[in-house]
Amino acid sequence: MTPARDYSLIGPERDRAIAVGLASAEWYHTDVPRKIMKGLMRRNDGAATRDTILWLGLLLLTGIGGVATWGTWWAVPFFLVYGVLYGSACDSRWHECGHGTAFKTQWKNDWVYALASFMVLRNPVAWRWSHARHHTDTIIVGRDPEITVMRPPDIARKALAFIGIPDAFQHFGVLVRQAISGPNAEEADYIPESEVTKVMFWARLFVGLHLVALLLALLTWSVLPLMLIGGPRIYGTWHMVLVGLLQHGGLAEDVLDHRLNSRTVYMNPVSRWLYWNMNYHVEHHMFPMVPYHALPALHELIKDDLPPANPSIPHAYAEMIAAVLRQRTEPGYFARRALPPGAKPYVEAFHTETSLPEAS
Amino acid sequence: MSEWVDVCAIGEIEEEDVIRFDHVGRTFAVYRDEDGTPFCTDGLCTHEQVHLADGLVLDDEIECPKHNGRFNYKTGAALRTPACVALTTYPARIAEGRIQVQV
Ligand code: FES
Repeated sequence: MTPARDYSLIGPERDRAIAVGLASAEWYHTDVPRKIMKGLMRRNDGAATRDTILWLGLLLLTGIGGVATWGTWWAVPFFLVYGVLYGSACDSRWHECGHGTAFKTQWKNDWVYALASFMVLRNPVAWRWSHARHHTDTIIVGRDPEITVMRPPDIARKALAFIGIPDAFQHFGVLVRQAISGPNAEEADYIPESEVTKVMFWARLFVGLHLVALLLALLTWSVLPLMLIGGPRIYGTWHMVLVGLLQHGGLAEDVLDHRLNSRTVYMNPVSRWLYWNMNYHVEHHMFPMVPYHALPALHELIKDDLPPANPSIPHAYAEMIAAVLRQRTEPGYFARRALPPGAKPYVEAFHTETSLPEAS
Repeated sequence: MSEWVDVCAIGEIEEEDVIRFDHVGRTFAVYRDEDGTPFCTDGLCTHEQVHLADGLVLDDEIECPKHNGRFNYKTGAALRTPACVALTTYPARIAEGRIQVQV
């Protein structure tokens, strides 16, 4: 049995990734003519403004509905919807606005990013740097701080993540720690010194706002304030986890080709709206400049160079679960999908199942 | 003062676009703004070594294709993290229908 890998960003796997050339490396990209790519990258405010008005409007309506019917069973459907809009949709809004691609107008990206970061319990400064590293070194062990399914997988923990346990508490704990002492050694590996004050500012603000909600709950002796603030990250987070695990779960580590470590899944329109089209995940990683609303067009353009998309969420789960179950005893295993005829072959370096490169 | 170096014919860079220009072992990004005026900066992002010519020109800004960091390509100023360090800029001009840079 292969020993478990060390996913720390300050351990021996980091040194190895750097030594073998996996860090800040050149990645495979499907060829797309510049003129067409410029069209796909083009920004506008329309789609994201419409979606954000709808998102905030529905949050407001369901939140008011939940408060008005609190204490009756009618509150349940209101909070079911409110919870998902808050505790799941926050992730995609955080993500797209963090890239700065959702809106053409940057202050709109920045405001929605700050709000969504609050909801998802992520420090907006620390996570901007974390996500930049995730794009530089996607699923490179010892480099990528955002690897969600490590090997061998902790399946019970992944299952509990659907109800925010211990995930939400762990995220809040990180904010508390950053509010007190700033980034730890691992975070300092990707957050520059010049950003530390900002990291602490946002952590203090977010912790403070959650403490106000907690205080209100205590003063009113009601859980209602926490149903509105913070709580949705527990009871409404299931959709974020449902779609998020599929991004890279069960796929390759230590490769330089997003077709091997990311997954594109066809989904229903509601999930795609909540997820802002991040189901086109191979496309997003290959071309992070393309806004979410142009990803379906990008997919149509390059799909013949990619492994076939999983046709549905259950199909993708069947593939991922089979791989993850096998990884319990064979941590080197991953699901390797066939490319369609005519696609450029995989970049063969660094991705055999059994022989990870040794540092020289 | 360095020499003016020929880059390309003016029509080879669209307005509000950028191309990569390699010259004696160095790489540059050469832009035209929406009025067609040329500009030149270092070719690689100051965050990581990524060619800015694969990025997107938006008004006076170039967005890096890797992490969406932004620079003002007229002044070189870094505008959006993870780009924090300014780009070096170089003079650019149009002479007899060709774009030239002084690098
Ligand atoms: S490489 Fe340009 S912003 Fe990171």
